[in-house]
Amino acid sequence: MDNLFNRKYTIQGLFIVIGLILLGTLFYIQVATDKYFISAESNVLRKIYTFPARGVIFDRNEKALAQNEAVYDLMVIPNQVKRFDTAALCRIINIDMERFNRNFNKASAQSRYQPSIFERQLSIQVYATLSEQLSRFPGFFVQSRTIRHYPDSVAAHFLGYIKEVTKLDIQNSEGYYRSGDYIGKSGVEKSYETLLRGERGVVNMLYDARNVPKGSYAEGRFDTAAVSGDRLISSLDLNLQKLGEELMHNKVGSIVAIEPASGEILTFVSSPSYDPNLMVGRNQGNNYMELLKNPNRVFNIRPIQGYYSPGSSFKPLDALLGLQEGVIDPNTTFNCPGYFKVGGHTVKCEHVDGNIALRKGLARSCNTYACYVFQKLLTQRKFPNQRVAYDAWQKMVKKFGLGEKLGIDLPSERNGRLYDAAYYSGKYSKYWNYGTVISLAIGQGEMDATPLQMANIMAIIANRGYYIKPHLVKAIGKNRVIKKEYVKRNYVDVEARHFESVIDGMQDAVNAPWGTAIQSRIDGILMCGKTGTVQNPRGKNHSVFIGFAPRDNPKIAIAVIVENAGYGSTYAAPMASYIAEQYLRGQLPKNKLAEVEWMKKQVILPAPPKPKVKPKAKDTDSVAPATAAPAPAQVTTNNTTTTSTPIPPPQ
Amino acid sequence: MINQQNSNRFFFNVDWITILIYVALCGIGFVNIYASIYNPEESTVFNFTTNYGKQLIFIITGLVLGLSILLLDAKFFSIFSPIIYGVTMLLLIVVLVVGRNVGGNQAWIPIGSFRLQPSELAKFGTALLLARYISSFNPKLNTLKPVLIAALIIVIPMCLIMLQPDAGSMLVFLSFMFPLYREGLPGYLLVVFWGMVLLFILNLFLAPWVLISSILAIGGLFIYFNKKKQQRMIMIGVITFAAIGYLFIAKVIFENVLQPHQRTRIELILGLKTDPKGAGYNVNQSKIAIGSGQLTGRGFLEGTQTKYGYVPEQSTDFIFSTIGEEWGFVGCFVVIALYLFLLLRVINLAERQRSSFSRVYGYCVACIIFFHVFINIGMTIGIIPVIGIPLPFISYGGSSLWSFTVLLFIFLKLDSNRMGFI
Ligand SMILES: [Zn+2]
Repeated sequence: MDNLFNRKYTIQGLFIVIGLILLGTLFYIQVATDKYFISAESNVLRKIYTFPARGVIFDRNEKALAQNEAVYDLMVIPNQVKRFDTAALCRIINIDMERFNRNFNKASAQSRYQPSIFERQLSIQVYATLSEQLSRFPGFFVQSRTIRHYPDSVAAHFLGYIKEVTKLDIQNSEGYYRSGDYIGKSGVEKSYETLLRGERGVVNMLYDARNVPKGSYAEGRFDTAAVSGDRLISSLDLNLQKLGEELMHNKVGSIVAIEPASGEILTFVSSPSYDPNLMVGRNQGNNYMELLKNPNRVFNIRPIQGYYSPGSSFKPLDALLGLQEGVIDPNTTFNCPGYFKVGGHTVKCEHVDGNIALRKGLARSCNTYACYVFQKLLTQRKFPNQRVAYDAWQKMVKKFGLGEKLGIDLPSERNGRLYDAAYYSGKYSKYWNYGTVISLAIGQGEMDATPLQMANIMAIIANRGYYIKPHLVKAIGKNRVIKKEYVKRNYVDVEARHFESVIDGMQDAVNAPWGTAIQSRIDGILMCGKTGTVQNPRGKNHSVFIGFAPRDNPKIAIAVIVENAGYGSTYAAPMASYIAEQYLRGQLPKNKLAEVEWMKKQVILPAPPKPKVKPKAKDTDSVAPATAAPAPAQVTTNNTTTTSTPIPPPQ
Repeated sequence: MINQQNSNRFFFNVDWITILIYVALCGIGFVNIYASIYNPEESTVFNFTTNYGKQLIFIITGLVLGLSILLLDAKFFSIFSPIIYGVTMLLLIVVLVVGRNVGGNQAWIPIGSFRLQPSELAKFGTALLLARYISSFNPKLNTLKPVLIAALIIVIPMCLIMLQPDAGSMLVFLSFMFPLYREGLPGYLLVVFWGMVLLFILNLFLAPWVLISSILAIGGLFIYFNKKKQQRMIMIGVITFAAIGYLFIAKVIFENVLQPHQRTRIELILGLKTDPKGAGYNVNQSKIAIGSGQLTGRGFLEGTQTKYGYVPEQSTDFIFSTIGEEWGFVGCFVVIALYLFLLLRVINLAERQRSSFSRVYGYCVACIIFFHVFINIGMTIGIIPVIGIPLPFISYGGSSLWSFTVLLFIFLKLDSNRMGFI
């Protein structure tokens, strides 16, 4: 009837076109792109990380030095927080409103929908109270994790400490660390970080729109369990370490003891020290700032960072090199008139012994003898000039581990100081000779060694010609792995036979009536050693002793430095003897215990530095010897301020 | 010839294909409502107190309602259409007085545990009266007076619904334009109307210079293709400049005449303003759900967006996102194909009617369903602003299901009686 009938097709056409538009759009969002599929996954999927326990650190007898303790972080998901009694929460976790607001804003700034730490490391007591009432505080929950605990509060410098990662740490790790993780910042905690930290576990959880967990994703097929860190067995002897720290109480310096046959470090004392537990927990930051105020620099790791002139303890090396090079034999004598003169230099000697040979020269610590040997070494005919001879000498000395890092398994070890001929040629133009550097013969002048390097020299002599890199960790993990570099022998290229006459001299130094350390003789144990009284331009001399025991088949090599304590025989030598005897016998006789008690009470601290008197040269490498002592020294025994008397009878 | 006796028997001549599609869509609705409400942690024992249980009751009662409509005399609807229209308009007024305010809309009259939504009833009330007006007076819809009368029939319920206010239901009444078009309303009126609506919306979305230059470009293009016909060229030119002028007027009206809260509401409806927990969030989650279904879907009860409640109002307005997520593009294709088939079928049935009453009513049914489907699905995939109207036969809810059932089954009754005179 009407042409209006055709309008049916217009309307049906419209239906079809709109239908196709809908289908086209659907095809795009469902088939052509997987953008929405990925969004759906990220909507529901959350990775929940579980923290592994950090590896436990043991002493050599498997007593724990560092273990783990559970703490509880209070977490918050800001958008799930509803009205609640804020004052009650503040009261339970013991914070004020200001801190509450600060924490809450910080968490909100991180993410409104994801959990972040609100208050960290609540104690178990606080946790117990809180968990009963947690339902009153919607949006808050508790996450447990472990922090370090150091049961004996010793060996802080060896252990180091852990801290929450910084942004920089996260960057440097290329995303391994995540905000809130802990990382070793110094000591073994740092150098063995990758082994100690273990592996994080991950649980893939499904969450609904209100952030309520809805079970695990894909039946947990992609989940992993946390793997605790490897345990470390350190070479330290807990009892010996304790004794060493007690002896060094209220003093500045180091005690390093090494088992010569293995290179394992038995004692690693750096004084002043601190309780490593101070660097754990909520007050870490405050405690750290407080410790920084100590003028004697608590965080200096003196055994590997302190620079000291080796002094007389260097003299065995003179003799060894002389013997090896054939410029002397054990019976060669030199005349000591009480000094050694060369060019404009005069090296004084503390005694006038006339003709003196190797054994007595070492026992009496004769400077003249050492200078003659040094002269002979540098004026050998086989070298075209003394500068070439000096380089040969320097190379030999370096073999003993001086002037370079030994490669201990701790971060921040320092080189020590020993220059080559080019340095002196630069300094004095071409015209210099052995006389210019004669102080090196007696371990002074432009030469510095760390206490570890000094102890290592003793290990070399004890081993008659080689050393194993000193190290602090003797076994890693369940399989007790040890790094290859810590079993390899490093030879110093001095024949074993030459050592015996040098050791004779060192034996006499401790055991002969004319020896410098006769007071520290141990009944029944032949300790060999060498005292040193290291000049300190900024105060009283440092008391130094290095040695090893027993003479045959030595078990312990040791270096003791007590800053500003005067003669080597007064503090360093007796301390070394207590350590050696304790280690070799497992205990000390009663009279020695009394001496130890007396020694513990001695206070030998440098006076606080005068304000704003700083040495011009800031570069420690170019500063004169004994840079570890910051200021003029003053010795205080107990309550008097007089000079300390040499070793007193305790009763 | 089919004799009178046969045509009066209840189910004789009923279009079973349409009923089949109707049942299929209701079934799809039930399955997806079940999935939308399904909670993996609760027991899966069937339960009539849950929404899917209720929906099953709605479907069964809906079918009973539809079949009982088939029992009525076909003449009933034509004769009583003014009264039905009047009653539904009255209910639209009553709801403004006694209605329950839900989500800012005063759209429901509570009757016991059941909630009556008069705007749903108004749809077929209006459709019936419109059909009656055209069949009784055979008006010439290219003249002014009949157009105004037809417009009045449509605009009265629109205004009453706008007072609730329920913009979604109100907009559905615009679908009555298409039956009028079929009955002779000039096409250019539709083009101008929808053109103005489109321009008004685009005006809010796009920068003025983009819109003006594209209008000029389109106008220029048309002039170029009609360069031999001077009269047309002039007309196109006039339309082009009228459109640009309209843009400015629309902008002025929007910014100066409308109240700030009205402006905000329009902006929210159009998605120009988003609050992340509001409409924008819903659409985004709905798109993620549908998109994650990919080609074949994640499987029944396997959609994580659905299961874990990421899409709000998922059993009602956003039910299509469940279909998209769990049944994928294939499922969406089936649903849209079913709707298209139903719509085309209803139009074909309408065209075979002898009486213009049945034809006009049939067109009304098709266009109302079409509007709902287009706006609802368009909204869930983000090509249409969020306008809360249900997906016919599929969305959860008795009021909506029953009114669509009544709407459709009245037409099926009229169609089964197509040989008789009404
Ligand atoms: Zn002498």
